[in-house]
Amino acid sequence: MDNTLASIFALFPNKQRDDLIPLLHALQDSYGFLSEELIIEVGAYLDISVNKIFGVATFYDNFRFGPRGKFHIRLCHGTACHVAGSSTILNELEKQLKISHGQTDKNGLFSLEVVSCIGACGLAPLIEINGEYFAGITMPKLKEILNHYRENHNTIYEDQ
Amino acid sequence: MKINDSKAVREFLIGKVLLNPGRDQDPDIARKLSYIKRERVEQPLIYVGTTSCAQAAGARKTFKAVESYIKENQLQVELIEGGCNGFCKAEPQLDVQLPGKARIAFGNVMPDRVPFILDEILNSHVPDQHVLGQYHNPIHQLWEGVPFMNELPFFRSQKKILSANCGISDPVSVQEYIARGGYQAFSDTITQYTPLQVCNLVEDSKLAGRGGGGYMAGKKWKITLDAVSDQKYFVCNAVESDPGSYMNRVMMESDPHKLIEAVLIASYAIGASKAFIFTRSEFTLAISRLREALRQAEEFGITGHNIFDSGVNIDIAIKEGARAFVCGEETALNNSIEGKRAMPVYKPPFPAIKGLWNKPTIVQNLETLINVPLIMKNGPQWFQTLGNDTSKGTKLFSLSGKVANYGTIEVEMGTSFRTIVEEIGGGMKEDNDFKAIILGINSGSYVTPQTLDTPVDFDALKNIGSALGSGACVVVDTSACMLDLARFFTTFFKNESCGKCIPCREGTARMLEIVEAATRKPDKENSFQTLERFKGIMQLKSMAEVMKDTSLCSLGKSAPNAILNTLANFKSEFDAHVFERKCPAGVCRDLKTYTIDVDLCTGCTACFKKCPTDAIIGSPRQPHFIVQDKCIACNACFEACKFNAVLVE
Repeated sequence: MDNTLASIFALFPNKQRDDLIPLLHALQDSYGFLSEELIIEVGAYLDISVNKIFGVATFYDNFRFGPRGKFHIRLCHGTACHVAGSSTILNELEKQLKISHGQTDKNGLFSLEVVSCIGACGLAPLIEINGEYFAGITMPKLKEILNHYRENHNTIYEDQ
Repeated sequence: MKINDSKAVREFLIGKVLLNPGRDQDPDIARKLSYIKRERVEQPLIYVGTTSCAQAAGARKTFKAVESYIKENQLQVELIEGGCNGFCKAEPQLDVQLPGKARIAFGNVMPDRVPFILDEILNSHVPDQHVLGQYHNPIHQLWEGVPFMNELPFFRSQKKILSANCGISDPVSVQEYIARGGYQAFSDTITQYTPLQVCNLVEDSKLAGRGGGGYMAGKKWKITLDAVSDQKYFVCNAVESDPGSYMNRVMMESDPHKLIEAVLIASYAIGASKAFIFTRSEFTLAISRLREALRQAEEFGITGHNIFDSGVNIDIAIKEGARAFVCGEETALNNSIEGKRAMPVYKPPFPAIKGLWNKPTIVQNLETLINVPLIMKNGPQWFQTLGNDTSKGTKLFSLSGKVANYGTIEVEMGTSFRTIVEEIGGGMKEDNDFKAIILGINSGSYVTPQTLDTPVDFDALKNIGSALGSGACVVVDTSACMLDLARFFTTFFKNESCGKCIPCREGTARMLEIVEAATRKPDKENSFQTLERFKGIMQLKSMAEVMKDTSLCSLGKSAPNAILNTLANFKSEFDAHVFERKCPAGVCRDLKTYTIDVDLCTGCTACFKKCPTDAIIGSPRQPHFIVQDKCIACNACFEACKFNAVLVE
């Protein structure tokens, strides 16, 4: 067990069943996704069967079981975004990135996730890339954003 | 007392304000409070609203621009991250409070406009652009030629009671919240009333649950109060997973202390010593502001052990959900808190008797709950004066879609939907006519042009076959296809069904098949498909009845509403899809037919090269044709053609 894992486990000293979901959240936040090894460790720590943990984790949309790309794209698909045409945006994104939603592309640069509502309905349609929002997406705007990330993927975090 | 001496301020606020019933009579207290409220300031004060919807519009960059402006010019100015007044269209917003002058608000302030605005206003000139309005306050000198905020078309027909502090006060300042009248209801409640009296007062006010059920809050609380148990729990449901609604998030981000006060009063009323605020993990800003607010409340001794020496203990914890729509159902929510799959369980026993860890638990929606401090402060009679004969109070909506003005709004019960669309919404954004308001996925109901004069009222909406729903208010115009929306809703329900009970799990899947059959591409070769389509439509109603009667929780019970209401309100559009195989709005891609105008086609082969299914035939410099059976309506030929020769029907 490495140090990060030990320090996260230390946040939940009571080892109760209701610590499970917060613990999984904390692990996903630091490791990016829930690997099989992590879930086995959680099972040993909380004394819950690994099957049950998988059962809980797969029930919720928030948990991921594979690595995500350097740039994680979240496309809002709520009612307002749907009315504003987010289905077309989704098709275009899948075509451009050559992945379907829930997947990560081959070189690990982009991953795509569809969420039911980000809660900024006035700005629909909306995508979010690593916490930065892009409102009122149109096809040319989308291509521009993707190209920007593709071309500057090495330097993009140094700017911010 | 010095305003920056936090210990003295705390003692003043607790001793002279919270625990002093005569606080309203003393002009000296009122004067001191106006400093804490930052109405009287000694140096200029700038608020930038940085709630998450404002951040999506770029408020973080505006905030940084203001910060560097202050640094560059070495100004003595205080800068605060504020809340959201609901006027999303004007985000990012910036408010300036100069000493002795009325507070003035600016809208759509992008970072490059910050120096221009601040140069002008800090020298007491009103800039000629970006001004939204000013706030009225008798102790301030007004700006000339600037409209009042509450007289703007967007705010004029609203009644801001629950959201009164939103966008005005500093969200994470317990001092300011108390100075604006907060926590007084709570301190009076625990010092003057018994839990039973609180339940009675809430019951007398006729406060109905805003989550969708419309059950009387006070009645429910009494059940738990009467239950005998060593431990009781109170849970605030702030999951808000209905797409299109975000009022709860705005409330948590802009006025977190109000929620905490409401949870405290409710926990006291039912005798719970442990309370949870259950929200979504994606609401990162809301969670961090709530955490900070809780920390401050604890520092003031408002939560925790032996509050104000009354012997009352109330602990509040924040629980983050992990995204599942079914968490809105109270028993599913309780399971999620316990660390299990969020699956509902059969009722009765109701959670009010057997809930979290089998102890009596009240689960209450956030919006219902934040009414409680106001009822305790002003009395149930005051609450009765709000609203119309049948529904009391106000209602928050997230207004979005094809209206000119959008945002979080609060209207008095009884206000007509026409007022919401035409006055607050400012009419339609584009040239198309109004078609419908979608009142959230969980109610699946519509307000149509014929029923637009219906008031916001539980009973009146029931009469037109609708329900108030969660508070989402998405306006669509004639460019929207109602069947496409019904398909969107049904897909949502199919994905979110937890899979426990058969009527919901199988019913949502079958319902999606039926809608898809009506919107799928016509296949002439397959006559079985036509039969399936008609059969599906015929079975729709009886299937919906079975789902409504036998589903375990309200997710399955409300899933068929969207389709049934489409059928009831937009029958001609339904028929056009089913019989004529046409989408009147031109949204359903599969029902579009692409043809090439032989007179306009030059035979450039651009479309021929782009077609992914080889549906276009023809030789160079000769007009091309589209083989309909092969066409998948991908629109590639339409985009490729430079001569407008591709026609879409």
